[in-house]
Amino acid sequence: MTSVVTLHELRIREEIDIVHVRQTVREVAVSVGFSLVEQTKLVTAASELARNTLKHGRGGTAQVELEKHDGSTVVRLVFRDEGPGIPDTELALTDGYSSAGGLGLGLSGARRLADEFDLHTTPGEGTTVSVGFRAGRAAT
Amino acid sequence: MSATSVIEMGDVLLVTVQGELTDHDAVALQQDLAANVAERSSRGVLIDVSGMEIVDSFLARTLHDIAAATELLAAKTVIVGMRPEVAITLVELGLTLPGLATALTVADGLAEFGDGVRPL
Ligand SMILES: Nc1ncnc2c1ncn2[C@@H]1O[C@H](COP(=O)(O)OP(=O)(O)O)[C@@H](O)[C@H]1O
Ligand SMILES: [Mg+2]
Repeated sequence: MTSVVTLHELRIREEIDIVHVRQTVREVAVSVGFSLVEQTKLVTAASELARNTLKHGRGGTAQVELEKHDGSTVVRLVFRDEGPGIPDTELALTDGYSSAGGLGLGLSGARRLADEFDLHTTPGEGTTVSVGFRAGRAAT
Repeated sequence: MSATSVIEMGDVLLVTVQGELTDHDAVALQQDLAANVAERSSRGVLIDVSGMEIVDSFLARTLHDIAAATELLAAKTVIVGMRPEVAITLVELGLTLPGLATALTVADGLAEFGDGVRPL
């Protein structure tokens, strides 16, 4: 049995919204029993992706979902924007590549931190990045 | 939402960062510190990050830039008290912060500056 619930839908329009995303995601991670390291990875990835939504995607939304599978819980974050899109996703996912003078570790780093990573983008239409984090594989 | 305090300990500045920092707060801290170091001819800057629950790439870069700027002003920056889970996450993110001096405790960090630093 798998169930999916959307817990939060957050707007990302200004810098303070990145902080709100981090706080909301932290609360969810704590409530489903993520370890401290798992919480930190999740919140850090959320911070990177929220910033990308704001800075590269010209703002958008973050959706926080909870998926329950048999005996396991996944927190999924979906970041959506209607910005310029990413013309070359392989390049964008290369460590150190930034089109904007950044460190270029946000997208590639978030992929490493997450258990599941999905990127959909259409130049001129926007970008959706989805990351899934599983709670410690120890039994629940 | 975030509280950043700067205390002078002899010729070392002890900076404590706590809570949630926006990108703007981080850049403001960088500018304040450079101005402070120049004005007081500080020998060192100790940044206590033990109150920080996450450090993402933007903040890591800011810490790195603070260290680079203070170095040009003849002061050394030491990052103190990073939480283990933050360190683990930073490495996985791809950030190893080469060249950034670190210490586990404020006392250890102060020792980096040798004599002449008065305890509080
Ligand atoms: N939501 C987005 N919309 C458009 N481009 C994006 C988006 N997210 C990432 N990118 C592109 O991918 C590059 C790499 O992203 P990232 O690794 O986070 O580095 P940085 O944010 O430091 O530039 C960005 O510089 C940008 O060109
Ligand atoms: Mg980024």
